[in-house]
Amino acid sequence: MTHTATPAAATPPASPAVPPKSRTAERSLARRALARPEIGALVAAVGVYLFFFAVAPTFRQADSFATVLYQASTMGIMALAVSLLMIGGEFDLSAGVAVTSSALAASMLSFQLTANVWVGVLVALLVSLTVGLINGLLLIKTGLPSFLVSLASFLMLQGANLAITKLLTGNVATDTISDMDGFDQAKSLFASEVDVFGVDVKITVLWWLIFAAIATWVLLRTKFGNWIFAAGGSKESARAVGVPVNLTKIALFMTVGFAAWFVGMHLLFEYNTVQAGEGVGNEFYYIIAAVIGGCLLTGGYGSAIGAVLGAFIFGMVNQGIVYANWNPDWFKFFVGVMLLLATLVNLWVRRQAARR
Amino acid sequence: MATNVTKDSAAQASAPDEEPVIRLRDVGKLYGNIRALEGIDLAVRPGRVTCVLGDNGAGKSTLIKIISGLHQHDEGEYLVDGEPVRLNTPRDALKLGIATVYQDLATVPLMPVWRNFFLGSELTRGPWPVRRLDIQRMKQITGEELSAMGIHLDNLEQPIGTLSGGQRQSVAIARAVHFGARVLILDEPTAALGVKQSGVVLKYIAAARERGLGVIFITHNPHHAYMVGDHFAVLRLGALELNAAREDVSLEELTNHMAGGAELAALKHELAQVRGVDVDELPEEVAAPSS
Ligand SMILES: Nc1ncnc2c1ncn2[C@@H]1O[C@H](COP(=O)(O)OP(=O)(O)OP(=O)(O)O)[C@@H](O)[C@H]1O
Ligand SMILES: [Mg+2]
Repeated sequence: MTHTATPAAATPPASPAVPPKSRTAERSLARRALARPEIGALVAAVGVYLFFFAVAPTFRQADSFATVLYQASTMGIMALAVSLLMIGGEFDLSAGVAVTSSALAASMLSFQLTANVWVGVLVALLVSLTVGLINGLLLIKTGLPSFLVSLASFLMLQGANLAITKLLTGNVATDTISDMDGFDQAKSLFASEVDVFGVDVKITVLWWLIFAAIATWVLLRTKFGNWIFAAGGSKESARAVGVPVNLTKIALFMTVGFAAWFVGMHLLFEYNTVQAGEGVGNEFYYIIAAVIGGCLLTGGYGSAIGAVLGAFIFGMVNQGIVYANWNPDWFKFFVGVMLLLATLVNLWVRRQAARR
Repeated sequence: MATNVTKDSAAQASAPDEEPVIRLRDVGKLYGNIRALEGIDLAVRPGRVTCVLGDNGAGKSTLIKIISGLHQHDEGEYLVDGEPVRLNTPRDALKLGIATVYQDLATVPLMPVWRNFFLGSELTRGPWPVRRLDIQRMKQITGEELSAMGIHLDNLEQPIGTLSGGQRQSVAIARAVHFGARVLILDEPTAALGVKQSGVVLKYIAAARERGLGVIFITHNPHHAYMVGDHFAVLRLGALELNAAREDVSLEELTNHMAGGAELAALKHELAQVRGVDVDELPEEVAAPSS
């Protein structure tokens, strides 16, 4: 038995898999930098910084910069978790009100059950992680898009926040907890100020940077990070090679829950009391920060550093407009422009990366 | 073509009566009351390529879904190494060394080549809280395994989506070989590819066979099948119409079986009425030798 019967015309080419060397040799360093997800956000951040530096003298002071960073940090911690979730291919529209839910849970449980804030803080963590778990399970069990599932939980949480608060306190805001045991301790962890080279900086800024470092490490250097990219990039392919896609997605929703808890605790110990109606609309800012930072809406691409830059841009625009003595209404206009530009840059990046 | 030479030695090394890795005996499958498969007998031996051919809806995908653990058979026996098995998930099949490369599900386009290669089986180092990917080792092994299969890439960091369809398919094959597959199932790997790209994939099928793997190659194309196949099974309406070793069947007979001899003759007659179609080059109807 031989292959002599094989038609010669159909013989496979000898070495078809070797592309000519010159095709990839010209990839310059600049070109490779352009392929990073956060490059658009970096350029934008520098541009926005220089702009406000030029037009608003107050913006140049160290104190003002600390305020910008503070603004960026509370949004940035959430944007980090949301961007991981988006890289994993999902949305969470309940992220904004989930922050309020967590703060409310901690505040009211501390008040109702004991006189120690730590009980409330820990129970709130459980509540937040459970909300994330339920979001993830709903997504997987129903097979519905996360946009719909989390829209439903957004509405439910928003309603529950108001209804339960009114039920327990007879008011739309919780009672102050500043006189309870453990308040000072918890405040130093979640809402204190630290001295950095003579400037008072909110501790959330440090937490934000620590979380960003952890998120970057997890994304790029661990198994789980690989699974996040794969789950968002091509769910079915990932499953076919044995990636636990469902577990990955549930873990990502719970990460958003954790971030919501952390930011919720900051708000609680910063202001001592919580308004039940707060947080609505913030979910879009988190998503916008992630998109400005280079996350694809379709998943599978993005970075934690991008989300940091996205939130930083938000902080600068938000405060810069105030320092420049403009009408704050312009804030949303700016955000719209940034979003449009970022989306165009991302579109271009993806064309480069997915070119066949 | 190098594969011609090695193919003969591989064929000698594994005589037809060698114990098959996978054997199907009288296997049938029902979807509700639709009979998708009936009375299928098939053997997959190490170092041999079994081609499964058939028209659309003939039951090819159903057959490999049973073998790869995505579906379960309703009738007959499925034996691996002579033991009857019932595979409930693709993971069960992977544990037995049965790997499947799907046309569309092979890779994650935006991820780098080396990350795709190790996806789901990442190598790590360090103790738990700081356990991290062993990037250097994974890149090195990816490079080595790919060149062992004759795939040369100078940048393993490039997103796999930037490779051509044939290269991507080939990386998926190399990956299955590296992770200890004994049986490689390929569902229409050449379906969306041009002539040249199909050649690339066929070359890697031959390379996998050379490494002693049993290959199940599903295709619509009798020419592709005949270039690498040692055994041919043609499915027709869920039943085996032809189940023959290479020496018992010619390319022409295979093509004829694929198209369904009588139907092809009718088609040829019809085409003869259309101006501008040269029917002289179409194969003549050949009497079916066996089945
Ligand atoms: N999940 C299912 N439920 C019901 N019927 C099915 C299902 N999957 C396949 N079938 C039927 O079983 C038969 C065989 O289908 P199968 O997908 O195995 O064909 P195929 O040979 O792979 O075709 P193609 O060449 O188009 O891929 C078809 O009639 C199909 O309609
Ligand atoms: Mg099919």
